[in-house]
Amino acid sequence: MNAPMTAAALAAKDFKSDYKPVWCPGCGDYSVLSAITKALATLGLRPENVAVVSGIGCSSRIPAYTTCYGFHGVHGRALPAATGLKAARPDLTVLVASGDGDGYSIGGNHFLHACRRNVDLTYIVMDNHVYGMTKGQPSPTTEPDWSSKLAPGGTGLREFHPLVIALASGANYIARGFSGDPNGCAALIAEAVRHPGFSFVEILSPCVTFRPEQREWKQAVRPSPVEPTEDPARAARRLMTDDGFNIGVLFKGIRPAFSGAAAQATHAVADLEAGFSL
Amino acid sequence: MKRSVSAALAGSGGAGVMTAGNMLLEAAALAGYYGLMTRTSGPQIRGGEAAAMVRVSTFATDGQDDRFDLLAAIDWQNVHRFASELPLGARSLVIGDPAHGEPPAVFLGSGARYVPVPLKKIAAGIPGAWPNMVALGLVAGLIGLPFDAVGRAARKAMKKGLEAGIAAAQAGFSEATSLQEKQGFVLEEPPSKSSRWLITGNEAAGYGALRAGVRFVAAYPITPATELLEWLSPALAKVGGTLVQAEDELASINMALGASYGGVPSLTATSGPGLSLMIESLGLGVTAEIPVVVVDVMRTGPSTGIATKSEQADLNIALNGLHGDAPHVVVAPNSVADCIAATEWAVGLAESLQVPAIVLSDQYFGQARAVVDMPAFSKNEFQREKTTQGENYKRYAITPSGVSPMAIPGAPGCTYTADGLEHNEKGTPSSQAGDHLAQMDKRARKLAQLDPGEGWASIEGEGDTAVVTFGSCTGPVREAMVRYGKNVRLISLRLLSPVQPQRLKKALEGVKRVLVVEQNHSGQFLRYLRADYELPGEVKSLRRPGPLPFRPDEILQCLNGWEAS
Repeated sequence: MNAPMTAAALAAKDFKSDYKPVWCPGCGDYSVLSAITKALATLGLRPENVAVVSGIGCSSRIPAYTTCYGFHGVHGRALPAATGLKAARPDLTVLVASGDGDGYSIGGNHFLHACRRNVDLTYIVMDNHVYGMTKGQPSPTTEPDWSSKLAPGGTGLREFHPLVIALASGANYIARGFSGDPNGCAALIAEAVRHPGFSFVEILSPCVTFRPEQREWKQAVRPSPVEPTEDPARAARRLMTDDGFNIGVLFKGIRPAFSGAAAQATHAVADLEAGFSL
Repeated sequence: MKRSVSAALAGSGGAGVMTAGNMLLEAAALAGYYGLMTRTSGPQIRGGEAAAMVRVSTFATDGQDDRFDLLAAIDWQNVHRFASELPLGARSLVIGDPAHGEPPAVFLGSGARYVPVPLKKIAAGIPGAWPNMVALGLVAGLIGLPFDAVGRAARKAMKKGLEAGIAAAQAGFSEATSLQEKQGFVLEEPPSKSSRWLITGNEAAGYGALRAGVRFVAAYPITPATELLEWLSPALAKVGGTLVQAEDELASINMALGASYGGVPSLTATSGPGLSLMIESLGLGVTAEIPVVVVDVMRTGPSTGIATKSEQADLNIALNGLHGDAPHVVVAPNSVADCIAATEWAVGLAESLQVPAIVLSDQYFGQARAVVDMPAFSKNEFQREKTTQGENYKRYAITPSGVSPMAIPGAPGCTYTADGLEHNEKGTPSSQAGDHLAQMDKRARKLAQLDPGEGWASIEGEGDTAVVTFGSCTGPVREAMVRYGKNVRLISLRLLSPVQPQRLKKALEGVKRVLVVEQNHSGQFLRYLRADYELPGEVKSLRRPGPLPFRPDEILQCLNGWEAS
C-alpha cells in the first residue's frame, strides 16, 4: 500500500468521473462505486496512483466511472491483468472489480490462483447471482431452482461458495459486504487495501432488473456476530454455518504478500552475452 | 576432405545422446568450425529414444544437410522411429554396438556401411565411464576434430565424472584412428577465427527481448517454448526484471498486457495451443493499444499435434486469427541468430506503435543450438513515447501517424481507462459509427505508415528466378542456391504484417519465375502472398507439413526440374 499523501486531501467525489453509468436505476453497483471512491479518499490516495482493473459485465464498467487509471479488459481476465500490473508496478494501488459471472465462472481459475499467489491486490466482486449484461442467465452463485429462459425450471446445480473457495485457495483477507450499506463497504474496502496480500471483498449487490426479489436482501443481511480471525481453520468452521448473509470481515491472514517484484539490476544486459561466448 | 559433415547420435533415453551431441558441437566450435545441432525425441517424458543431429561445417549454416554421413547409436531401442528424420546414403557410415544387435534394416537400406564398435565394452573398461562419451570421441576422431577441443568441451559441460568421461572419449577417439572409414569424413581446416557464439533460437529470442527492454515476462510452460522462458527467468532477475508463472495462457497474455499498461515492456512465449488461447486478449491489445509481444515457437498442429517437432503452420492464426479487423505486427526470424534481432525488432515495433506483435519462431530454431558469428548490434530506434501532458488529455487522439500519446499510471492529470470496448478519442466507450471508423482508421494507419527499413526481408542474389520463403526454410533455400550456382534471388520475408506489397514488387522486378517454399500442408504462405502481393510470372509451390525439415537437395531438384521443363 502507498503511504497516504499529506498534500490536499481528496474527497470521494474527486474519485468519481463524470461518465454516466450504464447501470439500471436501483442497481446495487452505484453504491459499490460510492464505496470505492469513499475508501480511496479515506486512504488519502491520489487517483493517478490507483488503477482499477476489470473484465466484462455490469460491475466491470466501474473503472471508467472513477478518475483513477482504468483497465477494462477481456471477460474473466481482470485478475491476471491486475497481477501483471502490480508485479510490474508495485508502487501502484491496484483494485480489481468483477461480478459473479466474470469472476467465478469464466474467470474461476484465475480466482483460485490469485488467492494462492497472494499478490497485494484488492478484489471486489459484485455478486447479484445473475448475468445482467446478457439479460438474465444463471451464474455460478444462482440458486438451483431459479428459472430463466436459458435454464427453465432452474439449473439444478448447487451454488458456488466464493468465501469457501477464497479461504481454501489462500486469500489473505476475506470479507462480505452489502451494497445497501455503502459506508460499511467503504470500510471493508479500505481495510482490504491496507491489508497486505490478496484481499477479497464479496459484495452482495442486487440486480433489481432480473432479480427483483433481491430487494429483500436488506432484510436478510446482518452484521457478523464474531470478530475476524487469522486462523484459517476457525474461519472454515464459521463458513460451515454461513447462510451467505453475514456481513463483515471473516478472515485476516498473516501470509506475506507475493514478492515476485523486480529486484535491483545486478548486471547489464550485455553481461549476459558471456553465456553465449565460446 | 569435407566442408561439412553431419553426424547423428542416437539412443534410448538416458543414454546421454544430447549431452554427447552438445559436447560434439561445442568441441567443433572450439576447434574453429561452424555448425548446429538439432534434436528429435520420442514423446516419453523420460526414457524415450532421442537423437542429436550435429552438423559441423567450415561455413556458417542454419540448416541440416541432405543426409547424415555418420549415424552412431548407443543402442537401437526404438531408434528406427527416427528413420525418416535421419536420411542416410550409400556413403554414410552406421556405427552400432554389437551388444545391442544389428542396426535396423531401415538404416542399411540406403546402402550405408555398418561398422560395429563395442561402445559399452570399451566404456566398461574405464570405471565410471559411459558409452555416450566413447561415441563422442569416436565421432570427433572420425571427422578430424583435435582431441584437445573435445577435452575442453567436456570440461565445460561435465560437473561429475569428468576424468572418466575424458578417458572414455579418448578411447573412442583412438578407436576412430583405427577405422579405415576415417578417410571419408575428415573436415577441411577450419575458417579463420572470428568471435562466435553458441546459442539456441530460444535463448536468442530471450536475449533479443531483454536487449529491447523487456522487463516483465509471464510464463506458462509449453513445448517447445519452455526453454525460452527458463532462460529468461534468471536472466530477468539479473537485469532487474520480473517473471511470473501464470496459471494458463489466458492469464499469461493478460499479465503481460497488465504489466505493459503499467509502462513496462512485456512479453510471453508459447506455442500453437497457447497462441490459440491468447488470441482474444491480443485483440484487447489491438483495441486498447497496449504493446505486448508473443513469441510463438511453432510446433506441428492442429490441436496438440506433435509437440516436439517443427512446422510453419501457425502463419494463418498469427496473421488472421484475431476476431474483428485487428491490425498487428507479425515478424519471422530467418536464422537462429536472427531470433535475437527479430525479437528485438518486434518489441520495438510493439512499443513504438502501441500494438501487439507476434514473433513466429519454430521448434527447429528454438531448440537448435548453432555456432554463429557474434552479431553486430545496431541501436534500437523504436521506443514507446510516453506522455505526461495532462491538459485535455486524449489517450486515443486521432493523429496523423495513428499513434496517440500514452500515459502511464502514476502520471497525474491524464488518467484514462484502457478499454477493449470501442471508444472515442478520450477512451470513453462509444457505439457510434463515426468513432468506430475513426479509431479503426487510426489503428490501421499506424501500421500502414510504418517504414520498416531494410529489415522487412532478407534479399540475396540476382536473377530471373526468385525463391520466396520465410523462417526456418531460409537456410536450406540459401544452401540450395549456392549449389545451383546460377542466378537466383532469395527473398525471405521477416515482416509478415503489416504487408509490404510495394517492397516485394520492387524486389521481384525482372523475375519470371517464383518458387514459394514453406513447411505446412495447405500452402498458407502462398495464399498469403496471393492475397496481398503480386507474384510475377510462373509461380510454383514447394511445401509439405512438418516435422521433416526441407533438405537443400529437394529445393535444388525443384529448381533443376523447372529448368528442364
